[in-house]
Amino acid sequence: MRIPVSALFGLVLTGVFLFTAIFAQWIAPYPIDAAVGGVWEGPSARFWLGTDTIGRDILSRLIYGGQITIFVALASSLLSFGLGSFFGFLAATRGGWTDQILSRVVDLMMAIPALIVALVMLSVLPLNLTVLILVMGVLDSTRVFRLARAVAMDIAVMDYVEAAKLRGEKQRWVIFREILPNALSPLVAEFGVRFIFAVLFISTLSFLGLGIQPPLADWGGMVKENKDGLIYGKGAALMPAAAIALLAISVNLVADWVLTRTSSLKGGRGG
Amino acid sequence: MHPVLKLVVQRIALGLLLLLAVSAVIFLGVEALPGDTAQAILGQSATPLALENLREKMGLNEPALTRYFHWLGGVLTGDLGTSLTNGTDIAQAIGQRLGNTLFLAGCAAVISVPLALILGIIAARYAGRWPDKVISGLTLATISLPEFVAAYFVIYLLTQVFPIFQPVAMVFPGMGFWSKLHAVALPVIVLVLVVLAHMMRMTRAAILNVMQSAYIETAELKGLRPIQIIWRHAFPNAIAPIVSVVVLNMAYLVVGVVVVEVVFGYNALGQYLVDHVTKRDLPVVQAVGLVFAGVYIGLNILADVIAIVANPRLRHPK
Repeated sequence: MRIPVSALFGLVLTGVFLFTAIFAQWIAPYPIDAAVGGVWEGPSARFWLGTDTIGRDILSRLIYGGQITIFVALASSLLSFGLGSFFGFLAATRGGWTDQILSRVVDLMMAIPALIVALVMLSVLPLNLTVLILVMGVLDSTRVFRLARAVAMDIAVMDYVEAAKLRGEKQRWVIFREILPNALSPLVAEFGVRFIFAVLFISTLSFLGLGIQPPLADWGGMVKENKDGLIYGKGAALMPAAAIALLAISVNLVADWVLTRTSSLKGGRGG
Repeated sequence: MHPVLKLVVQRIALGLLLLLAVSAVIFLGVEALPGDTAQAILGQSATPLALENLREKMGLNEPALTRYFHWLGGVLTGDLGTSLTNGTDIAQAIGQRLGNTLFLAGCAAVISVPLALILGIIAARYAGRWPDKVISGLTLATISLPEFVAAYFVIYLLTQVFPIFQPVAMVFPGMGFWSKLHAVALPVIVLVLVVLAHMMRMTRAAILNVMQSAYIETAELKGLRPIQIIWRHAFPNAIAPIVSVVVLNMAYLVVGVVVVEVVFGYNALGQYLVDHVTKRDLPVVQAVGLVFAGVYIGLNILADVIAIVANPRLRHPK
């Protein structure tokens, strides 16, 4: 198996991001919220990327910010996957009224942009990590639902599913033992795309001041904090923006590769 | 009734029904969430008496359904209620800002749509060769960026590296059209970047899809030049998917403007919405949310209607 250069680049970068996120506490040279230098210092041997609007080390905040961004995005995309694929499989295997109700609810949720729904919800809900993860996970599960339902619809008419039903297996068996293993590869490719969507979503919310609250920091919030510096020619606001862009691009490269690989596998079987 | 007309009417009726359901979600869904509006406004330290007074004043003690129909009646007659935080009339505030938002989105649409079509056609004409690779590569880079990240790169490039524009977009009443256009140049560039990639890729894909048909081969054998084949034969047949993706991206602009307005401090509807989410001013959030949802659903209906009308098989039934 040969890995194309772009996918390898994506894999390595994604790996570096994950590693620094997990071990942020040991890697970051300074604490997350300590003013350790002057305001808007340029890059130096002490502060590799310089300092921010109140003299905190940008590199350290970037590392801790990555931890929060990636953790929240991962948690909410896992939630959206759990919810979306469970209800999607349920709709596909049950059919009838269950399918109708679930599909119409999802249509309704997708009729308005997710950001607008999130803003309306966050105007009432308290702002904390749990709420953010729940809101993002539920809103994004609609897309997973549609994919999972479509994939399961294809599988549900296969002979082996029919056979399982005829030998009297319960619904749970059909969903978890027959449909899930066969639906896994398209869903895994989709996971990368959903994860990136969650990263962009939480960054946007934090940038608007409605996501992660200070003193915690994520990349979107860091762009917001340092945006005034840009007018004076300080690149500090660009660092977290670049981190978001780089993470998005590298995960996209990996997801693209997984997608082409799984679809070419299907082609190879002559289907 | 003509079958096309019937489909169009059906689609519009369905859209209106959807809008009604969305209004119910925006109003009743928020009610169902944990969290007390009166508490949110007055803060944690509010006395029970003050909470009770505010609930009474806002009519929060009535059942949610009664209040929903009251609100809906208001919306239909143009009365969106008053803001909780400063008591101003919401419909008036929206009216003042809607124009600015539409101006921004309109400018972005006028530039991005022709640009995307031209780039898409060029990419399809030279599919697999260098113009295609350059265009596809550049647009691929912008597709994975959120609006505000793209915005800061553009700001840095065009105000610091090449100081051409101002980093803030201020428009005020009485400003001339051209100076207004200059003021919104940066946000428009950002919005164009954000929506361009998707439209361009769909145009390219739709044309390449049609290029495999038998009649394209006939045109080639007739000796037409490639660009003539695309313009006369492929493009008209690819128009339905292209138009619907264009309109869907215009709907996407509706969300894009919210973030871009905040980045540039542009006084319009998106900024107004975000400000009042922070202040937990629920009536304003619900009203503006409904306006955004209405525009979004409206554009989606338009996309479907155009797809129906553009389909020759439906236009000329046997």
